[in-house]
Amino acid sequence: MSWLNLVIRYIQYHKLKTLILIASIFLTAFLPITIMILLAQFNEKIISRAESTPLVIGAKGSGLDLTLHALYFTTKRPDKIPYSTAAEIRETGWARPVPIYSQFTARGFPIVGTSLDYFKFRNLQLAKGQSLSRLGDCVLGSQVARKLQLGPGDRLLSDPDNILDLGGQYPLKMLVRGVLEPTSTPDDGAVFVDLKTTWVIEGLGHGHQNLEEETDDLKVEVRSDGTLQATAAVLPFMEITDSNIDSFHFHGETADFPVTAVIAVAPDEKSETLLMGHFQAGGDETQLVQPVGVIEELMSLVFQVKKFFDLNAILIAIATLFLLILVLVLSQRLRQREMQTMFKLGCSRGTMLLLQLSELAILFLFSSLMVAVAVWAVWLLAGDVVQSLLIGSHA
Amino acid sequence: MIPINLDQLEFQYPRSDFRLVIEQLSINAGSKVAIVGPSGSGKTTLLNLMAGIYVPQQGRIQIGADSVSEMSDRDRRNFRISKIGMVFQQFELVDYLNTLENILLPFAINQSIRLTRQDRQYAESLVQEMGLGDKLRRLPSRLSQGEQQRVAICRALVTRPKLIFADEPTGNLDPKNKTKILDILFKVNQEQGQTLIVVTHDMQILDGFERTIDFQEFTVDSASGSQLDDPVGATKS
Repeated sequence: MSWLNLVIRYIQYHKLKTLILIASIFLTAFLPITIMILLAQFNEKIISRAESTPLVIGAKGSGLDLTLHALYFTTKRPDKIPYSTAAEIRETGWARPVPIYSQFTARGFPIVGTSLDYFKFRNLQLAKGQSLSRLGDCVLGSQVARKLQLGPGDRLLSDPDNILDLGGQYPLKMLVRGVLEPTSTPDDGAVFVDLKTTWVIEGLGHGHQNLEEETDDLKVEVRSDGTLQATAAVLPFMEITDSNIDSFHFHGETADFPVTAVIAVAPDEKSETLLMGHFQAGGDETQLVQPVGVIEELMSLVFQVKKFFDLNAILIAIATLFLLILVLVLSQRLRQREMQTMFKLGCSRGTMLLLQLSELAILFLFSSLMVAVAVWAVWLLAGDVVQSLLIGSHA
Repeated sequence: MIPINLDQLEFQYPRSDFRLVIEQLSINAGSKVAIVGPSGSGKTTLLNLMAGIYVPQQGRIQIGADSVSEMSDRDRRNFRISKIGMVFQQFELVDYLNTLENILLPFAINQSIRLTRQDRQYAESLVQEMGLGDKLRRLPSRLSQGEQQRVAICRALVTRPKLIFADEPTGNLDPKNKTKILDILFKVNQEQGQTLIVVTHDMQILDGFERTIDFQEFTVDSASGSQLDDPVGATKS
């Protein structure tokens, strides 16, 4: 038996005390490190998404809401702007517009109405099936497909805006055309449709039976000028199929139809600057934001808050240190007799100190090992955790 | 076998009025000596001085060829662990070590002695001899008081010391265990020839000793009844 056996026996015998001390040291070190890792991952991911989105145009209001909506399809939607804004951007010749209209959900996942340019812009690749080819099609982000167990050929119903509003929009049964490759971005958690499909969901466009041949007075009435007027008895089609697609039409000018944001992809810095000038000098209805600037501002605020957490962590560490000292002093008192006996038997004061320091060293070693393993696990999982935070916990 | 000689010894605890003065005291090698006297008279202090735990302010403690009072701390520790086996009133077993580990404790806490296979075998034979063979892995809390004191005696004997110093070894024991422990100590003294010095205030156990040093009367008596001329004094200054 060596002095190390003595130390190990002491630790084994005082299991509860040892566990409490290890847990205190572990938590004191683990929590701030975990926060640091998660925040670093969060910062990296959110900045990278912002950097890949040069300019966003949307309704006047909170630039942060607009940015988060355009980047993450958040449910806090900014006010709508007319689709003509996209045309306005295109006409300037300084940028390629990518409209986004994200107003509805399908089984909790955001439906993102956009153009095929979005897929090119985000470099989204199909894992299965085909891209959007006609009205009523949808392409699922990888996470949506996985969680809802859907694939090409399946149907996905949009969520009704308000199930108690009988006059509200009817849900649209969409055909899943394809599933995207995972990207570890919010695109994994979105249901992509053509912009016009979202307008159909909103009720701006619809399809129904041909009223020219309808003889039922309950479904059609003749106006004084001789035109036909459909009554509420005529139900719109809830699914767009080969047989009814031709009946789908929009009421009104598409230029006036809503979008929630337009991403402007400028080829160079000069064009970007010109476009910014154009919108800053423009009307009161729209604003142009640079997501990087907005997100950096947000993160600087987050890091300011983190400073308080850091201070808190330091205070907790100091408190833990005091606790350790207290435990050691009390344990020293409790062991006074044991140490006296050892001394009488021929143990040096140096060996007694070595015994107690070794106990402490083993506690710290154990705690550090646990922290290392836990931090390693956090490091491995941090990406997924942050991603799920950013994508949101849909469905 | 080692004789003990104390000469012109003076010891005083720091910040205390207590002062122990021993002009001259000799203890023959291999003898059985009881030190008696009231509480606080200095019996344990004398034992600790002879064991090299305390260092006298004046005088000389000679144990065999070793002048304990002139040794360095380290030498006194090494002397203590190699030459003296100590038994305490409260047994002083380490609560987180089992019987065998408690017995082998001296080897774990002092690097001047190394635990060999022979030492381990000797420890196990001591345990068998003391009737603790089936309690090798038991913690002190699961042993009776008599068993605990027997473990403490094994611990004192395991380094094969030349002297056994026992401080009130029967003070906490019932009469049956008291007799048993004393029998063990006397047997060791008889078989191995170790000098046995027992501090006690229990006058009923003095019969078995060859000699009694009485602190109350400041005299040293031999078991044969002859008056010795070793004056021992514990005075309040």
